[in-house]
Amino acid sequence: MSPVLRTRRDGSTRPARYRAVQPLAVLWLTLVWLAMWGEVSPLLVVGGVLVAVAVCVAFPLPPIDIASGLRPLALARLVARFLVDLVRASIQVSGVVLRRRPVRNAVVAVDLESSSDFVMTLVAAMLSLIPGSVVVEARRSTHTLYLHVLDVPDEESAERFRRDALDLEQRVLRALPPHAPEEAGA
Amino acid sequence: MSWTTPLDVAAAVCILLGAVLTLIAAIGQVRMPDLLSRMHAATKPQVLGTVLIVLGLSLRLRDPGVVGLLLLVVLLQMATSVVSSHMVARASFRAGQVRHDLLVVDELSDEQLHEEPRGAP
Repeated sequence: MSPVLRTRRDGSTRPARYRAVQPLAVLWLTLVWLAMWGEVSPLLVVGGVLVAVAVCVAFPLPPIDIASGLRPLALARLVARFLVDLVRASIQVSGVVLRRRPVRNAVVAVDLESSSDFVMTLVAAMLSLIPGSVVVEARRSTHTLYLHVLDVPDEESAERFRRDALDLEQRVLRALPPHAPEEAGA
Repeated sequence: MSWTTPLDVAAAVCILLGAVLTLIAAIGQVRMPDLLSRMHAATKPQVLGTVLIVLGLSLRLRDPGVVGLLLLVVLLQMATSVVSSHMVARASFRAGQVRHDLLVVDELSDEQLHEEPRGAP
């Protein structure tokens, strides 16, 4: 979601400030805080909430627009596939590290279908963990990711990688369907 | 032989495999030809290595509180290694620290010759 523009009295525009304190983020940070302490007591809970609110105010983040519903089955499939791919990618990279033959790489541009920043972030994060790729550059205006792909012998495998990346995006979109466009700006 | 023996063996195997993967990641840092390739070795085998070591530890310790904390370790490891590898890769590409002779396809450099500047959002 791109930032909403506010119009000032003199007619100039500025991006609206995101509402900093989000209940879900506070809940999650409080849980992390309690996990760090390893026990639950009223004082710790209050302290955790205070720290969580302070963190949210200090580092405001745009809200996550997945409120239209999480699909548990698709999400489970996404996570399971992610774990399998994590093992596969690690073995692949280990093979490249240990073999004697020099490695050939590629920088591939992937134009994402979705216009959601959240989906783009998620796909970028997952792409750097699972197939042999690292995000070199992300262009938000066109939702393009530029990925450095390890061990690409020819142009055909670069094309295959692009298809894999778009498949991953489809899996993410199935698990976390974004808002309809008219709601997204609200 | 008690019921915990198989768990201990599984834990030992997991920790050993994790250590091997971390070692491979370290070897990759030395052997890979350029920075971008090194980032691959630093993220993938290393993250799986950490996951396996953490899995081994939770199989051995069998304490719910510790397992929760270890799960947090895995999550944060996944989140941070992705971000750090991206930042390093981006900086190196912008600084021109790229072995273009190793690239089969380079769609980023091709495009930037006639497109918006790199700093554009």
